[in-house]
Amino acid sequence: MNVQFRDSPEPASSVHAKTADVKTAIADCDIHPARATKTELYPYLARRWHAHLETYDKHPYQGMMEGPPYPKAQPNASRRDAYPPEGGPQGSSLSFMQAQHLDPNRVVLGVLNPLATGQGIRNHDLSAAICSAINDWQIDKWTSKDNRLKGSVVVANEDGPAAAAEIRKRAGDRNFVQVLLLSRNVEPLGQRRYWPIYEAAEEAGLPVGVHAFGFGGNPITASGWPSYYIEEMVGHSQCQQTALASIVLEGVLERHPKLKMIMIEAGFGWAPSLSWRLDKSWQRMRSEVPHVKRPPSETIRDHIFWTTQPMEDPERRDHLFDVIDVIDWVGWDKLLFATDYPHWDFDEPSRVLPAGVSEANRDAFYLGNARRLYGLA
Amino acid sequence: MTSPIAGGVDCDLHPAVPHLTSLLPYLNDYWRDQVVTRGMTDLVSQSYPAHSPITSRPDWRPAEGKPGSNLEDMKAHVLDPFAISYGICNPLYGVQMVFSEDMADAFCRALNDWLVKEWLDKDARLRGSIVIPVQSIEKSVAEIERCGSDPRFVQVLMLVMGDMPLGKRAYWPIYAAAERLGLPIGIHAGSNYHNPPTSVGWGSYHIEDYVAQAQAFQTQLTSLIVEGVFARHPKLKMVMLESGFTWLPSYLWRLHKFWRGIRMETPWVDRAPLEIVRGNIRFSLQPIDAPPDPATLNRLFDHMQSDELLLFSTDYPHWQFDDEAVLPEGMSSDLVRKIMIDNPHATYGRLKQPAIKETTP
Repeated sequence: MNVQFRDSPEPASSVHAKTADVKTAIADCDIHPARATKTELYPYLARRWHAHLETYDKHPYQGMMEGPPYPKAQPNASRRDAYPPEGGPQGSSLSFMQAQHLDPNRVVLGVLNPLATGQGIRNHDLSAAICSAINDWQIDKWTSKDNRLKGSVVVANEDGPAAAAEIRKRAGDRNFVQVLLLSRNVEPLGQRRYWPIYEAAEEAGLPVGVHAFGFGGNPITASGWPSYYIEEMVGHSQCQQTALASIVLEGVLERHPKLKMIMIEAGFGWAPSLSWRLDKSWQRMRSEVPHVKRPPSETIRDHIFWTTQPMEDPERRDHLFDVIDVIDWVGWDKLLFATDYPHWDFDEPSRVLPAGVSEANRDAFYLGNARRLYGLA
Repeated sequence: MTSPIAGGVDCDLHPAVPHLTSLLPYLNDYWRDQVVTRGMTDLVSQSYPAHSPITSRPDWRPAEGKPGSNLEDMKAHVLDPFAISYGICNPLYGVQMVFSEDMADAFCRALNDWLVKEWLDKDARLRGSIVIPVQSIEKSVAEIERCGSDPRFVQVLMLVMGDMPLGKRAYWPIYAAAERLGLPIGIHAGSNYHNPPTSVGWGSYHIEDYVAQAQAFQTQLTSLIVEGVFARHPKLKMVMLESGFTWLPSYLWRLHKFWRGIRMETPWVDRAPLEIVRGNIRFSLQPIDAPPDPATLNRLFDHMQSDELLLFSTDYPHWQFDDEAVLPEGMSSDLVRKIMIDNPHATYGRLKQPAIKETTP
């Protein structure tokens, strides 16, 4: 992590906790590729959209045209040491990504999650066009040039039929290993407008990753807009919890028994408490949701994978691993290691697991689970 | 119905207003006329529909009328069998949903006066929370000052979902008034429904809204901490009511990590978030969102890293626990005493020492 911590008054025992070195190959399930220039996508977009973008730009579900509504902690929310030597923003150069991250960290499988795509755009035709272009761009610039890298099918999230068509177009293409959604949309992700996405993904045998972030016009708290970037960052966890509750309570995963989903960059420490609250409420009020036949916790355990970055940071590190080992609500078979390269809150592969984790669990955590989930065993 | 010890403080009781017309004697002529002439309907919030399972434990449901609307029932169901020394009344009536600040003010004043006359005057064990017309900060402060002169009011009551995040500076005069008068701020589950009840929009179901209360408490805690409320008001206590608490450890693990990374954004936050929680934030016991297995529950208490955070509550008449016993199995007698007696007294400075001599098992 390249963030300089100020002197902190509290004991941060985790900083000094003994960690195990990573000597083995790893999967990184959350890498963010960027475009070097604004027009890098134009070759993949129909001409009418070039003029449209020059004139009206993206017209998203938020007001700021140049950047995010909450200024990030660092430019592009990325590591200051991740600018490529040839210029362009962090994450925009394959050769530098290889030299800085993939090679030294022994990444043998890297999943690309493009964030600045057509998602969250109010003009749904433009949304679909940009998403499809991003998918072509991932192949051209990344996955065809380095076979460690795999792409995510990004889709026009608010237009179910268009999204399903894009998924079907990419089905069977081994450049892609998942469909990518963001957690914040116009409605909670279990709502019917998104059902065609899940249907097409299950049909294509692709898991659906839900990455923290996105814009759908809703304030990021149930009480309106907060003041600070840290509230947005922490708030992604609450967005993810309510989005997952919606998916479970609308019966999405019971209707699509083969569908797997991945909660990306939103933590996993909250999985037990959310599952308990869902189970308890379901025991009381299941007559309202007769289509939900299984206890929500069982559905979550069977269908949901979790990327690890940003690893939660308890005072006592064993408490976090209780969630896996003692409380056993997030299995070692459901965790996927991720760094979030090149973002500022990068998790260093050698520092995330404490000493004492069994070799089988370490292997599953760093690589085995990802290979199995993404069908790359 | 049993309690392991006598003299417990029940920090979350919900006396129900039978109907808006019940408040007519407490309204002035103008508002009485408004209610009648305009045919105003009862202010029932969709947070607790009368017949929803969550709204009343089945054996606490009255033959007629709203659950919680009868003092004799409350005595028979909770105050007597659990040998409660003090019960704190948190009226949940839809006054927060009203859009006019004048109307909200009239209804809140009537509601607080109704609570005194119909409940506090009739049972010496009962204490009250001041419901405030949060639609106006100025009127809220005035109502806190008006009611605060009665020592039986021990807290100010707000809802977890509203127009703005609760840490916003606009609310601070409310917190200053509460701190000045020795009143904690109680934040209870519920919404005015002016914003979607989740941060990703409107869900389909009542159950979804209920689950989402926990996430709303999480975002409010973030707001209260990072805006600096407790740097300005270090002695102010806030009590999360019907919030659940098993989410707290993992929530703090995430907040702590980001606070360490980007504390330059909020330099006035002078203590680590978990220290602020330990010093200033408390949680009512119910609902316990955990499996009924003592080993797991005790592990969760361990994750909280403090035995001073929880305050006993039945959440009467809401349906939170099934058994005859008011506490889950497997809690140490030390923890029982802290949760039922010591912690509430440390939080609510206006409570006197237990009136009933307790009998420790």
